[in-house]
Amino acid sequence: MNTPETSARISGFGTTVLSLAIISMSSAAGADSAKNPVPTNPVWQEECGGCHIPYPPRFLPAGSWRLLMGSLEDHFGTDASIDTETAASIETFLVQNAKRKKADGKTDSTAGNAPLRITGTRWFVHEHDEISAAKWKSPAIRSAANCGACHREAEKGSFRERDIKVP
Amino acid sequence: MSTFAPYQQYGVQDMKQTVSIGGLTALLLAASLAQAADPLDAIRVAAQSDKSFSGFSVARGETLFRTKGTDWSCSSCHTTDPRKPGRHAVTGKTIQPMAPVINPKRLSDPAKVEKWFKRNCMDVFDRECTAREKGDVITWLRSLTR
Repeated sequence: MNTPETSARISGFGTTVLSLAIISMSSAAGADSAKNPVPTNPVWQEECGGCHIPYPPRFLPAGSWRLLMGSLEDHFGTDASIDTETAASIETFLVQNAKRKKADGKTDSTAGNAPLRITGTRWFVHEHDEISAAKWKSPAIRSAANCGACHREAEKGSFRERDIKVP
Repeated sequence: MSTFAPYQQYGVQDMKQTVSIGGLTALLLAASLAQAADPLDAIRVAAQSDKSFSGFSVARGETLFRTKGTDWSCSSCHTTDPRKPGRHAVTGKTIQPMAPVINPKRLSDPAKVEKWFKRNCMDVFDRECTAREKGDVITWLRSLTR
């Protein structure tokens, strides 16, 4: 099975995936496209993924992430504090890959554009307008913060339509 | 790492540079060493600073785990049976079982233990837990069998 030829092919594929990931992490358009690999970071995954899925940086603009990372001791009513070094490294990752302006792909630094809740943003509300209030409250979902209830690949940062299965 | 062995050929300055370049390796090593320590050791030392301390208690740990603070108890998210998976009271995310008998990774990393006790005691009791309380809860969780 694992002939030298297949190994070479596999490792070649790995290199391609890695290169794509690096490109995606540094390119503005990449992060917003479902076709491109999603930027990930092990510290962000571990720390932000403790109480909820690690929400992708592209869901909020840079200003939002700065505010959130600066107020972890009162994170939507719970204490999510971490040491300052870890917080700083996560903030860098979030800000670098944050939501960008559609028009020019630049970081959105519009004054005051720093919503704290992903679920309160216009795009989130629009994307979920077919979900009834009762459905949101159902035991399997319970909270709009529980992305993984319907987005089966959310844990990996993927929210593709084909991975959605509303319970 | 053994490739760094012939230190004799480096000057002191060179060695410093080698050390700083190997910073990440050193961090990783430190992290793995930290994981090897039992989180309860440091907690016991802290608890012993209170002269009335006479050991951790399984019964006190269980009681504290189920004691309701302002809004929640530990059980609100971890359930009353820590051998079962819990669920985050706000986000709905599944929380893996706390009992090491079911989930051996639990209570093995001192930094993680301190981080979560700090957060969760603030959420439940609006204060940090004492060393004795933390030791009691760990001792109870570790006493659970299948």
